Amino acid sequence: MKSEDIKVCVLRIEGTNCEEEMFQAFRQLGASPEKVHLKQLIGKCSVDMRRNLPDYDVLALPGGFSAGDYVRAGAIFAARMKSSLSKELKAFVSKEKPVIGVCNGFQILVELGLLPAMDGIMSDHPQAALYTNSSARFECTPTLLKHENKGKCIFTNGMAKGKIVMFPCAHAEGKLMFEKSKEKKMLDKMEENDQIVFRYVDPEGNYAGYPWCPNGSLSNIAGICNPAGNVMGMMPHPERVMYRYGHPDFTRTGENPNSAGDGRAIFESVVDRLVRKA
Amino acid sequence: MVVAEIRIELKPGVADPEGQNTKKALELLGFEGIANVRSIKLFVVELDASPAEAKKACEEMCRKLLANPVIQKFSVQIK
Repeated sequence: MKSEDIKVCVLRIEGTNCEEEMFQAFRQLGASPEKVHLKQLIGKCSVDMRRNLPDYDVLALPGGFSAGDYVRAGAIFAARMKSSLSKELKAFVSKEKPVIGVCNGFQILVELGLLPAMDGIMSDHPQAALYTNSSARFECTPTLLKHENKGKCIFTNGMAKGKIVMFPCAHAEGKLMFEKSKEKKMLDKMEENDQIVFRYVDPEGNYAGYPWCPNGSLSNIAGICNPAGNVMGMMPHPERVMYRYGHPDFTRTGENPNSAGDGRAIFESVVDRLVRKA
Repeated sequence: MVVAEIRIELKPGVADPEGQNTKKALELLGFEGIANVRSIKLFVVELDASPAEAKKACEEMCRKLLANPVIQKFSVQIK
């Protein structure tokens, strides 16, 4: 497959506001992204606007807000997708097509049951929650992340294990939680399945508390993938650091502002994989 | 017309930053002796159904959207 043949569905709903960055991230790598509203996938639109999920190679859920984030962040978007698009979504994921959710997109994937989805493709009920940050504040800050995946996640194949990257985060509900009584068991299983992708760290690479971990997330987890490795969700925004000038220290490090930022590797990994595949 | 009150609250042991921050704010205002503050969410749903049907429908609403069973529990009261 040539990179321009890679069709990316950047899915939005009322309130999404990071679709432009997500769109640009894929476009800068030569793929063919398209911003698609949920209504276009479920046929609540004119015939010429109609789109079909199976026609795409990648599904990207950008950040922002969705449906006012009433009830819980991402819950309404997820419930609407589940009621109208469940079959197509399951088929998409079973074909091991890549799905990425950033920020609100991660919250949606968790509410949908596509993450962590420990026992298959999509759980009937959420297996995790992304709830109010421990600080009870909207945390908008650069965060340092350690890449923890051993090779399962297709979005980080191009990144060495242990590498520390900077992706900015901006969220009020990003604390990953499991059911209290199953916490330890689920964490162990996540490790065993190689589902943990990123953890928040301090500049020395240590797991540290607030503010390095902005939300109080369980085990400092910032991003996870499904057991197959083709669905990844994370709270911080890789699409905001496609270039070095997106990094807060770019004037001090002397690096070329137009050189690759830390986030590019995420999108490169998946585009390269699809190009190689066919 | 039936009025249903759907109460969504955090399961015991789940941290409640909103409640804790509110407690702090109340203490800063000089209120004393506050042992704990918990935040809950209450939805009032008016339905054209029998009380039994309404209760069933509301419970289904909780399972499909209003509560995340990982951290929250729900209760439905028909008024």
